[in-house]
Amino acid sequence: MDFNDSPEEAAYRQQVREWLEANAPKARVGGDPEGGDGMAASKAWQAKKAAAGYACITWPKEWGGQGGTPVQNVIFSQEEAKHPIPGNPFQIGLGMCVPTVMTFADEETKKRFVGPALRGEEIWSQLFSEPSGGSDVAGARTKAERAPDGSGDWIINGQKVWTTGAQFSDFGIVITRTSLDKPKHKGLTMFWVDMKDPGVEVKPIHQMSGGSGFNEVFFTDVRVKDSQRLGAVDEGWKVSLVTLMNERLAVGGQTGAGWQQFMEAARNTPGLDGGSALKDGALREKLADWYVQAEGLKHTRNRTMTALSRGQTPGPESSIGKIISAVQMQELGNTAIEMLDQYGIIDDPELASLGGAFHFSLMFGPGLRIAGGTDEILRNIIAERVLGLPGDIRVDKDVPFKDMPTGR
Amino acid sequence: MNFDFSDDQKFLKGEARKFLEANCPTSRARGVLEDAAQGYDQALWKSVAGQGWLGAAIPEEFGGLGLGHLELCVIAEELGRAVAPIPFASTVYFLAEAIMLAGDEAQKADLLPKIAAGEIIGAIATSEGPGATTAATLQSAVTDGKLTGVKIPVTDGDIADVALVLAKEGGKPGLFLVDLAGAGVTREAVKTLDPTRDAARLTFKDAPAHRVGKAGEGMELVEQIFDRAAVLLSFEQCGGADRCLEMAKEYALERYAFGRVIASYQAIKHKLADMYVKNELARSNAYYGAWALNTNAPELPVAASAARIAASEAYWFASKENIQTHGGIGFTWEMDCHLFYRRSRQLSLVAGAPRVWKERLVSHLERRNAAAA
Repeated sequence: MDFNDSPEEAAYRQQVREWLEANAPKARVGGDPEGGDGMAASKAWQAKKAAAGYACITWPKEWGGQGGTPVQNVIFSQEEAKHPIPGNPFQIGLGMCVPTVMTFADEETKKRFVGPALRGEEIWSQLFSEPSGGSDVAGARTKAERAPDGSGDWIINGQKVWTTGAQFSDFGIVITRTSLDKPKHKGLTMFWVDMKDPGVEVKPIHQMSGGSGFNEVFFTDVRVKDSQRLGAVDEGWKVSLVTLMNERLAVGGQTGAGWQQFMEAARNTPGLDGGSALKDGALREKLADWYVQAEGLKHTRNRTMTALSRGQTPGPESSIGKIISAVQMQELGNTAIEMLDQYGIIDDPELASLGGAFHFSLMFGPGLRIAGGTDEILRNIIAERVLGLPGDIRVDKDVPFKDMPTGR
Repeated sequence: MNFDFSDDQKFLKGEARKFLEANCPTSRARGVLEDAAQGYDQALWKSVAGQGWLGAAIPEEFGGLGLGHLELCVIAEELGRAVAPIPFASTVYFLAEAIMLAGDEAQKADLLPKIAAGEIIGAIATSEGPGATTAATLQSAVTDGKLTGVKIPVTDGDIADVALVLAKEGGKPGLFLVDLAGAGVTREAVKTLDPTRDAARLTFKDAPAHRVGKAGEGMELVEQIFDRAAVLLSFEQCGGADRCLEMAKEYALERYAFGRVIASYQAIKHKLADMYVKNELARSNAYYGAWALNTNAPELPVAASAARIAASEAYWFASKENIQTHGGIGFTWEMDCHLFYRRSRQLSLVAGAPRVWKERLVSHLERRNAAAA
């Protein structure tokens, strides 16, 4: 048991370090890929990585990857994070959308799209969630119907929601309803779409935390060719599983202010007896719990990394990360704010401690508990796929979609 | 990255599980639980000694197997899973570790071979009453090599041959070896929360005592011993917590209510998922503790604290929610659920309660931060 790289891993890390040393940006340009400078910097860095084979390390060489291992991918990310690199607006596209295209599209389509996406020239969105279904993605209602002119084209109408990066995306993969008579999972079809089509309208969502990182996307008579279909008609659910499987391989780290920041803030805040709040036993106990959780997650990632290193495929075990980190983000933010007593009311970054980082945690935490699988869905995943407990009794499996109760 | 046990260590773990499934079904713990005259399972103790486990981490020159602490960790996990009713922790995690850490050559040569052979049982005696014992509250004292004082509770104090006793000498804490069969020692068994693990009140009146380690450094030494024991105990706790999750799962899959297995209700599924999450966090922290213990890393105090806190929380949660998942039958004497519930408490308290460890952890983090600043 040790934390050392194998000789092969160490050699790879050394090679990556040398390449980054010579090629990585020396200073951060813009934090936000949406800003003009930020996006240009992100695209330039992506192009550089692609030229050297580092953009998608695990992809086959013929598609611009290195045919590398997941461990090499993690090693590159670890080393890359030590440099002031720009934001990465390509993650969803290269992690989920383009692999789906590579699995299901024809050669011509793959040749057209894979290279530009890899080089950061084109950005992709994933259009799954809808107002009527976030956890229940298979309940999608955005409709795709054959054009009446007999061309074989499809006409898409409907609405997607919580689409990350739609405002700067060039293309997207969209899951649509193509049969109302079949049960929900059996009447879905996947397409790739041009996000610049005049029938595609992107509207930012104003989050409760104040920012706008996600969008609503409206489809109005968007015409797509049958060749844009990914997988068979009405088999879109199987296609979406390939997309979502790739989502799980992303192993997340700490989000927002953590125990270190809390400890520092507590040290500098007056406590109940006039001394430092860091002397408060109740706060110390919480601090210990957060530390133990953070360490537990860190070493769970080390165990996952070990499994990858041994050529094993990590299962849904990594679902535990967000269950812990999202709740901790919310609780830690709130505890830090309560520690400030009346002063906690202030959410002015000029006045609030740590530039408002704890207030951000408080207000963004609720979103993190929902995004990418709610706390409840993640518990279902652990119960069913890790522990092998039975799925819920379903009332929607064998009912034609048009007969399903829908509520509001 | 190689943050896992080796194939050999996993093989040892598999062998330990097979051995304990054959030799330590829960009826053995129940046997000790239901017979007040039985302090531990003597037959099991003999057979465990026969496996060489008592000396797993003791060097060969002192009669041990000369394996490392990682091997001891996998054995600990299986003993915890089996709620083994034997004084393994007292003898191996506390006494043997203390002697290997701070004993002089004579003490090592005398005690380690006897421990490895299963000839003696050990105990550690720090507590003197309600609340954590500190240098300020410590009453027991050694004068001219004679110990006087009262220790309560001392786990396995009624069956042990030798105890490590925390006592003042010249006003400063030290750690002392006392022969419990010798003069000036009175022992009375006390009723315990987990009767599969006994405890006693030890009263010393001018009992001959021999110091282990340096004079005046008893508190520091006890902390170091507890750090090492905490890692090993955390593996016992992980083993017990995982067994609770399995029991809850097995029962939930066979118990029907309202026309379906209760494992199909989200109230139960989410409860078991929460157990799984806590158990995994405990396991990951325990692994880090194992690494720190095995390499004697400077991170050991922090790693051991995290391992103990996470494992105590996981076993507590798993053992209580296992009873809840079983419903009424889980509250009966005949079901095994309470064996694990009792053991989870015993393991959480025996090296100091989680609250104390949380305080220690934060103190270490403060010092680490100050050193880095």
